[in-house]
Amino acid sequence: MGQTFAQKVLAGAAGLPSVVPGQIVPIRPAHLLTHDNTAAIIGKIKDDLEKYGVVRDDLSVIVLDHVTPAANEKTAAGHKSVREFVKKYGIKNFYDVGVGICHQVVVEKGHAVPGMILVGSDSHTCSYGAVNAFSTGVDRTEAAALMLVGETWLKVPPTIKITLKGALKSPVSAKDLILTIIGDIGAGGATYQAVEFHGDVASLDIEQRFTVANMGIEMGAKIAVFPFDSVTEAYLTSIGVARSDYEPVWADSDAEYIRELDYDLGAIEPVIAMPHKVDNVKPISEVEGRPIDQAFIGTCTNGRVSDFHAAAAFLEGKTVDSGVRLLLLPASRAVLEATLADGTIEKLVRAGGVLLPTGCGPCLGAHQGVLAPGEFCLSTANRNFKGRMGCKDAETALASPETVAASAVAGKVTDPRKVA
Amino acid sequence: MRVWKYGDDINTDMLFPGKYTYTCSTAEEVKPHLLEDLDADFAGGVKQGDMVMAGKNFGCGSSREQPVLGFKAVGIAAVVAESFARIFYRASINQGLVLVECPEAVAAFKDGDEAVLDVEGGKITVGGQVFEFPPLPPEILAIRDAGGLLNYARAKLETERG
Ligand code: SF4
Repeated sequence: MGQTFAQKVLAGAAGLPSVVPGQIVPIRPAHLLTHDNTAAIIGKIKDDLEKYGVVRDDLSVIVLDHVTPAANEKTAAGHKSVREFVKKYGIKNFYDVGVGICHQVVVEKGHAVPGMILVGSDSHTCSYGAVNAFSTGVDRTEAAALMLVGETWLKVPPTIKITLKGALKSPVSAKDLILTIIGDIGAGGATYQAVEFHGDVASLDIEQRFTVANMGIEMGAKIAVFPFDSVTEAYLTSIGVARSDYEPVWADSDAEYIRELDYDLGAIEPVIAMPHKVDNVKPISEVEGRPIDQAFIGTCTNGRVSDFHAAAAFLEGKTVDSGVRLLLLPASRAVLEATLADGTIEKLVRAGGVLLPTGCGPCLGAHQGVLAPGEFCLSTANRNFKGRMGCKDAETALASPETVAASAVAGKVTDPRKVA
Repeated sequence: MRVWKYGDDINTDMLFPGKYTYTCSTAEEVKPHLLEDLDADFAGGVKQGDMVMAGKNFGCGSSREQPVLGFKAVGIAAVVAESFARIFYRASINQGLVLVECPEAVAAFKDGDEAVLDVEGGKITVGGQVFEFPPLPPEILAIRDAGGLLNYARAKLETERG
């Protein structure tokens, strides 16, 4: 019997010829991602660090992004303690305020490559499945233990196989695809399972794959992974990662799956995840016309170059509705530079958009763009949980950059196909 | 001893609002905000030995571990759910919070029922009915017995590096 991607990667890590779902295997991840939470993590192991140091200076990838620039004294002090830790232990991969959102930075800087195992103390660590990596989230205690010993355990997950056919019809986007899938599978429908994407994946570029893999956790998945192909290789080459630096892994054709689903990409329509659950997915026709107070384009889900290009197609030469605040948040400095250079940011700002510093910003409600009671925000982020954007009496709904941009102009939820 | 009962897909923002994630990390800082946006009575009313019971996918959402820390700090004896989100599950193992996956017990529970847990025996009694749940695998028990993952890692370092 063939093996799935997860089985092959984990068997390889454990030095076993094969593993079965449910089996627990020891792993030594290539990297451990932590962000602003590094401060709390190292706080747990202060004395141990003094005594033993870190297990490897190239294990950690640390990105300050969650509350950046610091919102108050406490977050500033947290950032400072992380910088001191980085210096003291010679941590090789550190990215300070302004480089970008952790997941974007990990991929952009070439820290995640095909076939590699990475863990991170952030739930959206599953994003790197976009480049054929096995990556998943862990908690802070586990991150602390990893810094000391470099080893942890993973349970081999059973796998859901999702086969994609055809191509998306613009302005329908990868966000509509993944929201549709989550609506079908449910917020917990893939818990403790892996998700593999098969079929016509070549029609999705790396940024679209990133959007899809990023939201794997919103159906509970341990990993959400794409195969390695010429699209992956071209992307990795473009960021300076040589083909000889990694070994892609993919499932055998006779691997065993617990569930198989097929999606016709041409039939996907614009959808919107209404408050307060990501699987509360509705066709846009059911929500059209609802007035919005804030429109948010950014985050690790949809803050990349193609997302801003897509938004600009709806905003260029137009003006954001007077009742709407449009927030723009590039996922990294590299994204900002590229969209500045090609004039996209100018178009968006001229249309009335407010450019925020790269980082997580309003996504987690800690600062910048917090909502007021009763307000409705249409966002390209990955979560619409109650209170997520800082106010439990506000509402957030999730959609594609195309839908958010079209809606910002109209001042109400708008089907991008009708104004394209 | 009281059972605090909630529904499906209780996410970490409901258990502990994201806006506090980078300002509250110790047990004392976390306690007053536990379940703030889900159940305003919880933080003030919870007592040592109480149990939390919920539906599917408990603890979904972010990787923040403050809910686990908070549950431990207020003395929650166990969280019993139909199923758990995986990062929350790991965080609980790593911190030594007892989780019980037992859909039948959750289905049987009615308001006001007593619940009695026997972790070692893999049994939970709800309203007079006894339900069994599978014991934890040995790898996980080793972590629990060491007093959580950090102590487990420390023991390992002691042997390896002295
Ligand atoms: S942008 Fe939002 S979802 Fe992404 S890492 Fe930051 S807080 Fe998390």
